[in-house]
Amino acid sequence: MDGYQGVLVCGELAEGKLAPITIELLGIGRKLADELGEKVSLLLMGNPIGHLGQEAIAYGADQVFVAEDPLLEVYNSDAYTYLMADLCRKINPSIVLFGHTDMGCDLAPRLNGRLGGGLTMDCLTLSIDPTTKRLISTRPVFGGNAHATLMSKSARPQMATLRQKIVAPAERNDSRKGEIIPVEGKIDPSIIKMKVVERLKEEVEGVKLEDAEVIVSGGRGIGSAQNFKMLRELADLLGGAIGATRPACDEGWVPASLQIGQSGKVVSPKLYIAVALSGAMSHISGCLGSKVIVGINKDPEANIFNVARYGIVADYKEVLPALISKLKERLSK
Amino acid sequence: MNTIVCVKQVPDPEIPPAKFKIDPETKKVVPPPGVPPVISVYDERAVEAALRLKDKHKGKITVISVGAGKVSDVVRHALSMGADEGFVIEDGAFENLDSFGTATVLSKAIQKIGGYDLILCGRQAADWGAGQVGSILAEILGIPVVTFACGIEAVDKKLRVRRVVKDGFEILETPMPSLVTVSSEIGLPRLPAGMSLMLARKKQIPVWKPQDIGLDLSDLDKEKAHTEIIGLSIPTRKKECEIITGTTPAEAAIQLAEKLSQLF
Ligand SMILES: Cc1cc2nc3c(=O)[nH]c(=O)nc-3n(C[C@H](O)[C@H](O)[C@H](O)COP(=O)(O)OP(=O)(O)OC[C@H]3O[C@@H](n4cnc5c(N)ncnc54)[C@H](O)[C@@H]3O)c2cc1C
Ligand SMILES: Nc1ncnc2c1ncn2[C@@H]1O[C@H](COP(=O)(O)O)[C@@H](O)[C@H]1O
Repeated sequence: MDGYQGVLVCGELAEGKLAPITIELLGIGRKLADELGEKVSLLLMGNPIGHLGQEAIAYGADQVFVAEDPLLEVYNSDAYTYLMADLCRKINPSIVLFGHTDMGCDLAPRLNGRLGGGLTMDCLTLSIDPTTKRLISTRPVFGGNAHATLMSKSARPQMATLRQKIVAPAERNDSRKGEIIPVEGKIDPSIIKMKVVERLKEEVEGVKLEDAEVIVSGGRGIGSAQNFKMLRELADLLGGAIGATRPACDEGWVPASLQIGQSGKVVSPKLYIAVALSGAMSHISGCLGSKVIVGINKDPEANIFNVARYGIVADYKEVLPALISKLKERLSK
Repeated sequence: MNTIVCVKQVPDPEIPPAKFKIDPETKKVVPPPGVPPVISVYDERAVEAALRLKDKHKGKITVISVGAGKVSDVVRHALSMGADEGFVIEDGAFENLDSFGTATVLSKAIQKIGGYDLILCGRQAADWGAGQVGSILAEILGIPVVTFACGIEAVDKKLRVRRVVKDGFEILETPMPSLVTVSSEIGLPRLPAGMSLMLARKKQIPVWKPQDIGLDLSDLDKEKAHTEIIGLSIPTRKKECEIITGTTPAEAAIQLAEKLSQLF
């Protein structure tokens, strides 16, 4: 469409560096832009962040807009939405990409409300339609039971949030050239209507879910918080973490932060042991990236056996003790 | 304290995956016969959130739903949980509305109702799960929006919202009125019971047409022009599960342990 050009990536920081998702977005953004013969821009918001501009260029950005302000130090929905909208109105990007992260999930829909271009969330693939040059995306719908393919219509910008760890990160090339453009103007504090009063970090016992190479996950069939201890023992033995389905979290057997699935965490360990959970797609879509899935369920018809590599049809209480003691014996050798 | 809750009717998401069918031609889901649609999960929790606020601060809860066909059952469900009043906005033209279109219709209905301190939506619908109607609606109405709430309190004419983030929680303070989207961590919804259940059976749920809320259908045509669904498919996966059997479950477990120990 006339007047709209280029790909704008909404950058994210993690511990003072470019977040992994931002490097993934620069990779796919570069591909989309090359197909259109257009530029990739990145907006970085924070304080101070100037030093990251050059790095973003090495990862493929042609232009890096840097907005530094004490009010941007941590994510603030009002301030970030304002800045993103302001930049979009100035540079008229054809495509705007976000990570499907805490920040992207909050920011992208607001920006869509403000700019009215159209947005697809939680995309698994992004491409350009060869004839219309419009953005095409696929995303899980109906809890992952189906995948939908969507194409933008005439409204711009075409926005999308991309699921994390699903495309390869951009390759770094320090000889690449680009432009670093400071975003002028201070943020007027009166646009900030909501205030962060407190941030509470949840301490996790043992290995973090996202980093774990082994996850032992329990469902409604586990029956109690007490019974989850058996899963914890197995996870500890294998140096892994425990996860859960939504009903197990709802019941309060484990903290809600352990929920795996479409509306919980997306994990891809080497080994995922699914115990007494049926394997609903909205759960499975959070662990399909696992190398080996093992299902333990007393119902032979349970969907978990459609995605698992190994399965045992039995009461988990009769399986886990033997599994734990045999593994102990094998691992001590 | 007056709260408006937006609830969507969806095909039952808890049917087993094997029963999930689509029509790739029309790009629609074919619900299994005899399984009635339900209130979307997060929306039911949004109703619960509204009720908890009402338990503490009194006030009124109004529930609305937009649909191409009859959607009053989900509103009645919310009434039977304890909400006070409900409206539905129904018109054939609402078939295939995208998020912007839905938010536009909701905004008109909400402007007609007026007098609200808080609007609640689910974090995402259980069917297409776009995850954006609430935020777009807030932008249209020009009010703040806090997403992924797992707890809401009213303190000194402000809202204190606990929201879920990757590694913990954030507590935000936002003025009234604001829109808040509710996540499942808020906890289980109460079951319909007692007086509210009886009252809900009798209550009228007025049906509004586009003209009743001052909505010009030609506005929607324009709003519709954002994205279109060009394909719908069920991802196929090769089933390759080796079921390990033994004379006892414990014996099967021992075989499984052998296989797993080779992975390390
Ligand atoms: C929009 C949306 C988003 C959702 N997001 C998520 C999500 O992110 N994560 C998530 O987990 N869910 C999510 N859900 C819910 C999901 O659809 C399922 O309801 C849920 O995953 C089912 O959990 P479950 O397998 O623990 O319970 P159930 O489906 O009830 O399964 C319990 C299983 O345990 C087995 N069992 C019982 N006792 C034993 C025993 N002693 N030994 C062995 N097996 C036993 C039973 O055979 C059964 O298969 C979502 C739903 C919707 C609509
Ligand atoms: N047709 C509808 N009627 C009423 N509320 C809706 C409708 N569609 C979406 N919503 C609200 O918006 C939330 C997010 O929906 P979505 O953006 O479609 O995932 C839902 O949880 C509802 O609270």
